[in-house]
Amino acid sequence: MSWTKKDLLGLEYLTPQEIELILDTAESFKEVSTREIKKVPALRGKTAVNLFYEPSTRTRVSFEVAAKRLSADVINIATETSSVRKGETLIDTGKNIQALKADIIIMRHNCSGAANMLARALDISVINAGDGWHEHPTQALLDIFTLKEKLGKIKGLNVAIVGDIAHSRVARSNIWGLVKLGAKVTVCAPPMLLPAGIELTGARTSSDIDAVLKDADAVNVLRMQFERDENAAFPEQLDYFKKFGITEERLEKAKKDIVVMHPGPINRGIEMSSGVADGDNSVILEQVTNGIAVRMAVLFLVSQAREAKKGRQ
Amino acid sequence: MSILIKQGRVIDPVNKIDAVLDIFIQEDKISKVGQNLKVQAATVIDAADKIVIPGIVDMHVHLREPGREDKETVASATAAAAKGGVTTVLAMPNTQPAMDCAASVELLWEIIKKTAKVNVQVCGAITKGRLGQELCDSALLKKTGVIALSDDGSSVDNDGLMQEAFAQAKKAGLLVICHSEDKKLSAKGVINLGFNSTRLGLRGVSNASEYTRVKRDIELAQQTGCPVHIAHVSCRESVEIIARAKQQGARVTCETAPHYFSFTEEEVLGYDTNMKMNPPLRAKEDLEAVREGLRNGTIDVIASDHAPHTENEKDIEFDRAEFGVVGLETELSAGITELLDKKVLDWGQLVQKLCFNPARILGLERGSIAEGCFADIAVVAAQDLWTVQKQALVSKSKNSCFLGRELKGRVEYTVCNGKIVYQK
Amino acid sequence: MPENPKILDQEGIQRAIQRIAHEIIEKNKDSASLCVIGIRNRGVYIAQRISGAIKQISGEEVLTGALDITLYRDDLALATGQPLVRKTEIDFDINDKNLILVDDVLFTGRTIRAALDALIDFGRPKTIQLAVLVDRGHRELPIRADFVGKNIPTSVKESVEVRLKESDGKDEVFIAEKK
Repeated sequence: MSWTKKDLLGLEYLTPQEIELILDTAESFKEVSTREIKKVPALRGKTAVNLFYEPSTRTRVSFEVAAKRLSADVINIATETSSVRKGETLIDTGKNIQALKADIIIMRHNCSGAANMLARALDISVINAGDGWHEHPTQALLDIFTLKEKLGKIKGLNVAIVGDIAHSRVARSNIWGLVKLGAKVTVCAPPMLLPAGIELTGARTSSDIDAVLKDADAVNVLRMQFERDENAAFPEQLDYFKKFGITEERLEKAKKDIVVMHPGPINRGIEMSSGVADGDNSVILEQVTNGIAVRMAVLFLVSQAREAKKGRQ
Repeated sequence: MSILIKQGRVIDPVNKIDAVLDIFIQEDKISKVGQNLKVQAATVIDAADKIVIPGIVDMHVHLREPGREDKETVASATAAAAKGGVTTVLAMPNTQPAMDCAASVELLWEIIKKTAKVNVQVCGAITKGRLGQELCDSALLKKTGVIALSDDGSSVDNDGLMQEAFAQAKKAGLLVICHSEDKKLSAKGVINLGFNSTRLGLRGVSNASEYTRVKRDIELAQQTGCPVHIAHVSCRESVEIIARAKQQGARVTCETAPHYFSFTEEEVLGYDTNMKMNPPLRAKEDLEAVREGLRNGTIDVIASDHAPHTENEKDIEFDRAEFGVVGLETELSAGITELLDKKVLDWGQLVQKLCFNPARILGLERGSIAEGCFADIAVVAAQDLWTVQKQALVSKSKNSCFLGRELKGRVEYTVCNGKIVYQK
Repeated sequence: MPENPKILDQEGIQRAIQRIAHEIIEKNKDSASLCVIGIRNRGVYIAQRISGAIKQISGEEVLTGALDITLYRDDLALATGQPLVRKTEIDFDINDKNLILVDDVLFTGRTIRAALDALIDFGRPKTIQLAVLVDRGHRELPIRADFVGKNIPTSVKESVEVRLKESDGKDEVFIAEKK
């Protein structure tokens, strides 16, 4: 098994073997962050550009730390400071970055498919750090990595994903990845937040959080964004917490060692109570740590794929 | 000026012609159709092994002039039309300014007179600025020469206003062409609603946003007795509603566009913005329903919905890209490839839907090959295979959904009003 | 095609390892500060065998680790198959240790260069000494082994194949034509 793709756009596009390879590679990379000198020269002389069209601190910083631990140089471009505002098209921006001889673009964009489009237009690697509602592959990979670390396997696990599935790229990437690796996924949300045809991904749907939690080995709780103006019929904040919030009371009826995940940042008291967020079942901070290893693995694999291609030519 | 088109297989379902014949053209009219005509002509076109059809009447074309000459002009669109065997186009009124008053229409007629290479007819707007607020003076528009009314690109949301529009159009003797879309339901959608919109993370457009408005438009038209034509039918329910209305004797006709009988929503999976149109590409069952509607006569017309956009408006994020594709240069070939070859339609039916039916619906004496008719003719190498390439497109804009695909059948000559306007 | 000439059989390998263990003890009288680290893959197994032999001889437990040098290689772009990144497992402090670095075959010296870079990132050993089962010559860097199981003169067209029970089911070393 070897990695041949220059880009990472989404888990929908990967085989189970490719996902496993990333996870295995990440396992090796995790050790690097435990060293006194948390740095290896694997990407020495390479330049990674963080191109973020949406504000994001944690994903950007996680990628930056990952790239730096691999000795790559990292440049951050945020919309506020670039020519993006002057109306330059995404492809023009990408081609300019390519002309700077950068090697990898890590992009966050509010339009679904933006990473696919950029990857098609460029020779350099594009890593999707979240595009619209489409995919957020590295988040799902770190979720799956953490789950595997905690429970030893993915196959056969009952995993619940709770929250605004309709507008969540984290949900989509998790579903693709988990289903491919043989987990049983249930997405749980008010009916209006379950997108059309979601069951064709292989996930089951439910709007009964207590029933879902009863069987779940793990629950991934999505961040609720009530400021979103997508749907007039959006549930009230308090009402949502009452019906879908993950609380200590709810967890008491779940499996004792259920793994509770959250991609962050947490809205305490909206999708999850503080007690759960800080409780024994929570692996939220481990997710953050594992995010570095997973992103190191992805950065390494895509740049090796490009090197290997160049080597052959 | 005289032209003799020799030995072509002439197809004209109206006159029940499907035979190898010669066509003799003098000035702008067909003066003789027959076997082995013994006549002297200034120009002789050898059409042996070719198909000879009436020039196509495309009743849904966006010329973009005046206002967006960077996308397309009357000159470039009519050149593209000629290349596609199209000899008459109906210009949609969503220009800048919109065709909502006499002055604007007069301006367009000036441009057409100076630059058009084929026949151009003008469609006026239903409401001022196509904003759905205030009706245009349809009697006045009729006087300036428009032959139909439409707010294409938008639908008049207000039922009362739309009913009044039908009543006025009826009085003026104008056809109303409806872009049937309930924007409250299609709410910012960019592709068909369903599993594919979910997996791509894009907002979906439901079939209901189309067919509920189709239903309303037919009902309102019927109440006033005004003829109504439903533009770009894309989904199964719309076809069913129109079939039922026709059975009940409603004065309704409709069209579909080549992309709706050629492609399904699966084409959008790579976020190809040349597959982004409104209404969107639908599911397989919708494509089947559209084909069946063409076969059984529910769908009267094939029109291109030629909608040119610049690369700056297409080569961007899917959400932000404009809706629509160019189609004048590919509609006949798409019909041959997807309908004729797949035995959905025969030549006679295809010609009817491309040529005669739209002419009849618009009240034009075109779309047929008979002595005394206007000499609008396309000579087609029906077996020619060709690949649609950006640089070969004549239209100013290159946003074709057929780019890179192989199509069958290519126009060799187009004759419009007795003049050769295109020659391969 | 003639049979590949066998350089070492199971017994030969065992003898070589035994001898290396003795030499290591001899040279590092203060064996309390000794540790052995093998380079993945086969270097790790040889390192474990050397540690075992040292323990047998001296009765002392020897710290043993595994080093993956993929991230330090200088030829990634040239690699045809993509290298897998495996785990580095050094769960002890290497500072001030006499560190024995172990690999199966010493050839150009580039692997050892990468390993030295990697080790320096883990700490500052008192010494780093190199033990290899086979030294086949053709060095491209100024590197030499302190302990050698067997010197084998080879041509660059040949390759030295090491098989070990742990990874290949049997112990042997032979020369093969390069594929």
